[in-house]
Amino acid sequence: MKYQTQKIAYAYFVVAMALFAVQVTMGLILGWIYVDGNFLSEILPFNIGRMLHTNSLIVWLLLGFFGAAYYLVPEESEREIHSPTLAYLQLAIFVLGTAGVVLTYFFNLFEGNFLLGKEGREFLEQPKWVKAGIVVAALIFLFNISMTVLKGKKTAITNILLLGLWGLALLFLFAFVNPDNLGLDKMYWWYVVHLWVEGTWELVMASILAFLMLKLTGVDREVVEKWLYVIAALALFSGILGTGHHYYWIGTPGYWQWIGSIFSSLEVIPFFAMMAFAFVMVWKGRRDHPNKAALLWALGCATLAFFGAGVWGFLHTLHGVNYYTHGTQITAAHGHLAFFGAYVSLNLAIISYAMPVLKGRDPYNQVLNMASFWLMSGGMTFMTFTLTFAGTVQTHLQRVNGEMYMDVQDQLWIFYVMRFGSGLAVVLGAVLFIYAVLAPRREVIEPGAAARTPAE
Amino acid sequence: MTVQDDTATGLDALPGDLMMWLLIVSELLVFGAGLAAFMGVRLTDVAGFAEAQSHLHRAAAGINTVVLVTSGWLAALAVQAAEAGRAARTRLFLAGAALLGVVFLWIKAIEYADKAAQGISFETHSFFTFYYLLTGFHAVHVVAGIVILGLVALAPTPRNTEVGTAFWHMVDLVWVILFPILYLLG
Repeated sequence: MKYQTQKIAYAYFVVAMALFAVQVTMGLILGWIYVDGNFLSEILPFNIGRMLHTNSLIVWLLLGFFGAAYYLVPEESEREIHSPTLAYLQLAIFVLGTAGVVLTYFFNLFEGNFLLGKEGREFLEQPKWVKAGIVVAALIFLFNISMTVLKGKKTAITNILLLGLWGLALLFLFAFVNPDNLGLDKMYWWYVVHLWVEGTWELVMASILAFLMLKLTGVDREVVEKWLYVIAALALFSGILGTGHHYYWIGTPGYWQWIGSIFSSLEVIPFFAMMAFAFVMVWKGRRDHPNKAALLWALGCATLAFFGAGVWGFLHTLHGVNYYTHGTQITAAHGHLAFFGAYVSLNLAIISYAMPVLKGRDPYNQVLNMASFWLMSGGMTFMTFTLTFAGTVQTHLQRVNGEMYMDVQDQLWIFYVMRFGSGLAVVLGAVLFIYAVLAPRREVIEPGAAARTPAE
Repeated sequence: MTVQDDTATGLDALPGDLMMWLLIVSELLVFGAGLAAFMGVRLTDVAGFAEAQSHLHRAAAGINTVVLVTSGWLAALAVQAAEAGRAARTRLFLAGAALLGVVFLWIKAIEYADKAAQGISFETHSFFTFYYLLTGFHAVHVVAGIVILGLVALAPTPRNTEVGTAFWHMVDLVWVILFPILYLLG
C-alpha cells in the first residue's frame, strides 16, 4: 500500500461484503419461497424479501465502487485522498441509511408518510429521507474524489471513473421525480435504473477493469487507455438511446420500438470489447502477478458480463421478442447473470486484488478465493440456465397458449427446485469468499516444475 | 506536412483519429440495422409501402443528393488545402461544405412541411415511422456535421480537417444509401 488513505477502502469493502452476505441469504429465502409458496408468508412477505434482496445488492455494489475509488484514485493520481474524515462520514451515512431502510421495510414503519415511509417504485423504494442521505453522501464522495484527482495526476482511468461516478450521482436525482402518470413515472424511473446499469456503471466497470489489467498484466498504460476510451465511447453510444428498450409498451410513441431495438442490440458490443480487452491484455502481458484470484475474477467478470448482460440481454431486447417474454423468468435469468457477471464479479475482483495489500499479506494467491469463484460462478450459471428454460416454458404456456399465471407457476416447480440448489452453491461460494479474503493469514502455492520452465 | 505515417500498420494506419472511425462504424451499424429492419417490415406489406412511398418528393430528395455529394467534394478539397498548409482556402471550402449542408436541411424542411400539410405523421403507416426515424436521425447528423465543420474551421490543421471531414463523408454516405432505399425502391 503506497498511500495511507487507501486504507479507507478496507472499511468500505468490509461493509460491502456484510451486505453481500445479507443479499445472498435473502436470495436463498426467496428461492425457497418459489418452491414452497407459503414459507414465511406471515413474517417476511415475498415483496419485502425481494426489496431487501435487490436494495442490499445495489447498496453493496455502490459501496464496493466507492471503496474501489478510494483504493485506486490515490495510486492513479499519486496523492492521498483529500479528506479521510469525509470518506468515513460518507460511509456512516450509508450505513445509517441502510439500517433505516431495512427496519422501515421489515416492519413497514410510517406507511404512507411523505418523508419516512417507503415509496412504491421498484428498486427506488427507499424513504425520502434515505434518498436525501444518499444524495448528501454522494456529494461528499464526489467532492472528496474530485478534489484528490484535481490536485493530482489525471489519467484516463480516473477520468472515466469520475465521468461514471458523476453521471451515476446526477442521474440518481431522477429518483425524486415521481409523476402521478404511470407512464411518465416509468420514463423517469428508467433514467435511474437503465442509465445506471447500462450507462454510467459500465464506465465504472471499464475503468476498474482497466486498473486491474494495468496492475495484473503489466501492459503499457498507453495500450490500456486506448481500449478504455473505445469501451467508454461504445457504452455511451449504445447505452443512452438503448434506454428505448424499456419504452416499448408503457404509453410512449411507437418509434421507441425501433430506437430501443436497434441501439440496445448494440449494447452487446461494449461488453464484448471489455471481454476482448481483458483477454488480450492477459495474453500480451509479461507480468506474472501472484494474485491469481484477482485475475480470475477479472477475467470471469468480463466473460460473464458479456454473456449475462450482453447475450442474455440481447435474447429479449428486440421488441417483437419482448412482446412475449416481458417480465417472465427470462428477465430473471438475465438480471441474475448480468448483475453477477458485470458488477458483483467486478467488486469481488477489486476486493480480491486490494485486500491482501490492505491487510499487508502480499504475496498472496488465494486458493480458497479461487474455489469460491468456481462455486459462485458455477452456481450462478446453472441458475441462469434453469431460469432461462423456466422462462421459455412460461412464455409459451402463459403468453402463447394463454394459461393462467398461477397454473403455469405450478408447472415450473421443478425449475424452481433446481434454482434453489444452484442458489445454495452461490451462497456457499459467497461465504467462502468472505472467509477467504478476511481470515487466512498466508496462502501461497509454489509454482510447479512446469510453470517454472520458460515457455520459449 | 503529411497527416499519415505511411509505415504504420493496423489501426494506426487509419487517417485521422481512431475515435472518429469508431463513431463512423457505430453510425453505419445503426443506419444499417434501421434499413435492414425497414426492408424486413416492407416484405410484410409491399403494396402499402409502395403507396406510402408515392407521397414522397423524389425530385427534392434527388436535388438533395446532388447538394450533399457536392458538399462532400468541397470537404475533400478542404483536406487538400489543409495539407497544402493554406488555412484561408481550407476555411473557404469548409464554409462551402457547411453552406450546402444548410441548403440540404432547408430542402429537407420543405419536404417535412409538405408531409405535415398532408397530415402524415410517425403513426400514419410503418413506412413513415421508418421514414421519419431514418431521415430525421440523418438530418440531426447533418446539423452535427455542420457544427463539426465549423469547429474545424476554427483550427484547420490537416489532422482536424481530416477527422471532421471524415464525419461529413459518413453523413454523405448514409444519405446516398437512404435515398434509393426510401425514395426509389419500387
